[in-house]
Amino acid sequence: MIRLFKFLRPYTILVILTLVLVYFQATSNLELPNLMAVIVNDGILLGNVELIYKVGIEMLIVTLIGTICAVLVNFISSHVANAFGRDIRKKVFNKVENFSLNEFDKFGTSTLITRSTNDITQVQNVTLMMMRMMLMSPMMAIGGIYMAIKSDAYLSWTLVVSIPVIILAIVVVASKGIPYFKVIQVKLDKLNLVLREHLTGIRVVRAFNRDKHEKARFENANNDLTETSVKVNQLMATIMPLMMLIMNFTTIAIIWISSIRMQDNLSNIGDMMAFIQYAMQIMFSLLMLTMIFVMIPRAQVSAVRINEILNTNSDINNPETEELTEKKGFVEFEHVTFRYVGAEEPALTNISFKSNPGEFTAIIGGTGSGKSTLINLLPRFYDIENGSIKVDGVDIREMNQETLRSKIGLVPQKTLLFSGTIADNLRYGKGEATEEELIEATKIAQAYEFISEMSDGFNSHIAQGGTNFSGGQKQRLSIARALVRRPEVYLFDDNFSALDFKTDAKLRKALRNEIKEATMIIVAQRVSTVMDADRIIVLDNGKIVGNGKHKDLMNTCEVYREIVSSQLSEEELK
Amino acid sequence: MSENKKEQNQGGHQGGPRMGMPVKKAKDFKGTSKRLIKYLSPYKYSFIIVFITAILSTLFTIIGPKIMGLATTQLFKDIKPRIFDQYARVSINFSYIRNILLLLALFYIISSLFSYIQQYIMAGISQKTVRKMRNDVNNKLAKLPLKYFDSRTHGEILSRVTNDIDMISNTLQQSVTQLITGLVTIIGVLIIMSIISPILTLVALFTLPLSAIITVSIAKKSQKFFKEQQKTIGDLNGHVEEMFTGHKIIKAYGREESSITKFNEINNKLYKVGWKAQFISGIIFPLLNFISNLGYVVICVIGGKMVIENKIKIGDIQAFINYSRQFTQPIGQIANITNIIQGMVAASERVFEILDEKEEIQDTKDALVIDHTIGNVRFEHVNFSYKQDTPLIEDMNIDVKTGQTIAIVGPTGAGKTTLVNLLMRFYEINDGKITIDDIEISKLKRNNLRSIFGMVLQDTWLFNGTIRDNIAYGREFANEEEIIHAAKAANADHFIRTLPDGYDTVLNEEASNISQGQRQLLTIARAILANPAILILDEATSNVDTRTEVHIQKAMNELMKGRTSFVIAHRLSTIKNADNILVMNNGTVIEQGNHQELLDKNGFYADLYNSQFTTKNVLA
Repeated sequence: MIRLFKFLRPYTILVILTLVLVYFQATSNLELPNLMAVIVNDGILLGNVELIYKVGIEMLIVTLIGTICAVLVNFISSHVANAFGRDIRKKVFNKVENFSLNEFDKFGTSTLITRSTNDITQVQNVTLMMMRMMLMSPMMAIGGIYMAIKSDAYLSWTLVVSIPVIILAIVVVASKGIPYFKVIQVKLDKLNLVLREHLTGIRVVRAFNRDKHEKARFENANNDLTETSVKVNQLMATIMPLMMLIMNFTTIAIIWISSIRMQDNLSNIGDMMAFIQYAMQIMFSLLMLTMIFVMIPRAQVSAVRINEILNTNSDINNPETEELTEKKGFVEFEHVTFRYVGAEEPALTNISFKSNPGEFTAIIGGTGSGKSTLINLLPRFYDIENGSIKVDGVDIREMNQETLRSKIGLVPQKTLLFSGTIADNLRYGKGEATEEELIEATKIAQAYEFISEMSDGFNSHIAQGGTNFSGGQKQRLSIARALVRRPEVYLFDDNFSALDFKTDAKLRKALRNEIKEATMIIVAQRVSTVMDADRIIVLDNGKIVGNGKHKDLMNTCEVYREIVSSQLSEEELK
Repeated sequence: MSENKKEQNQGGHQGGPRMGMPVKKAKDFKGTSKRLIKYLSPYKYSFIIVFITAILSTLFTIIGPKIMGLATTQLFKDIKPRIFDQYARVSINFSYIRNILLLLALFYIISSLFSYIQQYIMAGISQKTVRKMRNDVNNKLAKLPLKYFDSRTHGEILSRVTNDIDMISNTLQQSVTQLITGLVTIIGVLIIMSIISPILTLVALFTLPLSAIITVSIAKKSQKFFKEQQKTIGDLNGHVEEMFTGHKIIKAYGREESSITKFNEINNKLYKVGWKAQFISGIIFPLLNFISNLGYVVICVIGGKMVIENKIKIGDIQAFINYSRQFTQPIGQIANITNIIQGMVAASERVFEILDEKEEIQDTKDALVIDHTIGNVRFEHVNFSYKQDTPLIEDMNIDVKTGQTIAIVGPTGAGKTTLVNLLMRFYEINDGKITIDDIEISKLKRNNLRSIFGMVLQDTWLFNGTIRDNIAYGREFANEEEIIHAAKAANADHFIRTLPDGYDTVLNEEASNISQGQRQLLTIARAILANPAILILDEATSNVDTRTEVHIQKAMNELMKGRTSFVIAHRLSTIKNADNILVMNNGTVIEQGNHQELLDKNGFYADLYNSQFTTKNVLA
């Protein structure tokens, strides 16, 4: 939390100003009982009506000043807190946008989302609370104690007893209650888990007639949660009555001691009345403080999570000087070895191959053999451990990331479209693409037909996550997006298995005619997709076990033969 | 995902809505409140106790200042001589003051005690009420047709069971009794105040409309900004979510800059509406405080004058000041609480909405049970549609004899999975009939019907428990031997034993500690253990690579032996060996027959087969 406060630096003057204003606000609040004591002691007791009016006006001025200060504090603090939140948000978002996939994997998408949204809001809210209340409470408490001692030092002995008692009470109840809150969270998660499983597996639950079992599971979790919740709430039920009791008894003690002191002419009625009000103010400030102390740990958790992002630096950086090249469409892997952070075994070992303009390289292998990993290395989403990857004859680490990526048209395995029109999405890699270019690309990607059937054509709206399109349609749009870019290197990460074979074949045929100057790398599962490739790379456990054309591999590569025989009928093998 | 959920839950706990913040209003406030009250009715006696203790505790609290005033007045009277002579000897009536203070102490103890009793009982009531509510929702979910779940996200349903019910329990625990004590305080204080001094009461009441005007007008203004803030937060979250999920594409296409630009735009807007919303709602409290202080000063001045004129006792002024403070506080509180209670009613309405959903058609009393299934399945003139106007399956006729394997092929969206939904009666057909051993499935007991079928689906659902429990899910009371036997038959025994804890391995929440293929094998073992008469296999291997598929296929062949099986498949060997192939397109069976017959027909199937399963024509 404190480390995040460096984001408050631009607003230092405003924060100091708030402090000053809060000080005045607290003073005015404390001054009121004092003035009231004057009314009682010097006005009422002496029967001086004029004095009462005079002091009354003074009181009005004091409360007006207090209110103006409070409004100003509000004005400044909401400004500062929101600006603080905005600045952190901006910094975090910028940071995350520049993360490589390595850092992205480390955190995970969903937590990155909550960290840059909910967590920051949490910190922002607490900052606001702090500026408004947290400064106020201690000032009120200390000021109240000071005023109390000033008005009657002897009476302050009551506070010496009651303040520790109230703190002790808070500590005891909190120390018993807080562990319970953690238990409740765990039990609530358990209940959610049971329900979520029931919902996701509803077909299985019903098919196996296990409704009763699920019901019992839910009821157990529910009872468990209820039992603890009742306990906690019953425990918490003691807090307020206990606090009230302590405060009320303090008042009683003050009156008793005061009356004894009045007998000896050491005190006065107005002082006693003022003292009671000070005592209440002190104790309320203490209660307020505890509430803030309950909030801080929660914000602390958020702050730690935000700091984790801010302290993570991308390990992929641009070179100081970029090496330029005139060549286009050349890809070369030289003895590439790569392992994910913390992994025991490398995901890819000693990978070497070349692909030239106009060539079609296919990569095939079982799940987990490293196909997608290989595709991810080329745009430098990850840095390799050994060897070198060259695009157009230059090591990709010697190129700016922007230069490198502008050469590549990637179609990821999981299609990702953005909300907006079809045209917006297609122009994602080339903002200035003309309508003709879009039409051409979608024709190649076999998407033109369904787009033109839509009433809004290229202006049809795509919902977030592309939920209003079928899997195959999304896949073809995502291919068209890459085509619009006219890159030098096409990377297709297993995009064809979602299409039926007919579309798949048509698409590949169209691609072949189109891509004469670029190189094309396709990850695939189906043998029929890769059979006509210029080179098929067979991966198994991250190693190349075969590299050649279909016919050669049938003779030389055992793994390839296995894959083929699991897919094609016997007569076709002949 | 799971982490995300937890965080959101925590977020939902942050107390009630702030003052001036808009709450979602219930559509039918009265009706929903009545229903909510019905939920509380089993605790009506406890409630009566809560009400009584709440009222008593408040009464004892508000009587406090008045009694305290007696002591002050006495002190005032006793030390009066000193006014005329600074050093006059005064004698204070200690025994009177002591008695007053003892009485006061007693009242305070009683008040705190009652307040504790009231909250203690309320803790039980609120938690038990929401437990009942949760159970009711869960039971209801078991009775809802699949249509309900398919048309909603899980998050939506989950949020009603967790966030909404949580809100109800918090509100019940805190706000309901606060409302009671608040009302009692206002009325009680008002009465005592007017007894002490009608004139001063008028002065105090004068502040009331002022506070009301300020609260209402500011709340109205801030609501506008809060709504805008909420919307902007939504936009911001949406943008962040979209950009982070699409991180790879953003990087690949070099769109970081434009993404950041858009983010800054929304972020700045959020700042602008955010500070306004917070500022405006934040000044309510200081302004109310100002008005309350205004009343305080006026009372001090007028009261002071009245004491001098002997129209009122000093102790009463002290009490009056106390009361006027107690009086303005609950007004603000009640405004806030009504807001919270409105939120609670809206939350209950969302929960009740689930309870009001149309249930699956119940089994009739004379529903039939098939003891020994032979396994003949027939579809006769079946019509079905998900949406009323767009028919999906029209006049479907299928005749399946026991032991046959039926393959269903066709392009995506042809209605293959719908067939499964109908067979299991997850959805009701619109017209025609489906029979098993010549008995219509709609006449069968649902449990009986579902026990006839075994399913292995593409979606490999397993729950957070041990492997043993997951396999045993197929049949209640299965013993160890049967479980192991099923695992062996499913080709899963070997891999299970290679895991560090064997059958006791606990699958984690996402079941990501075993591979997709292994998960599939466990679902097959589960189906084997269930020992169904009829099998449904829905693209069970489309998530695994083809070599793993061979392994799974062996297990499935084992499972299919001697059973009627419906296979939605894309694998050639399954289809070729099927007794009957149903070729579906646009919801209807357009061709049926075995592989050779269909090829000879040279129709849709032949076309599909040639384009999907051979490389002929592909390169032409």
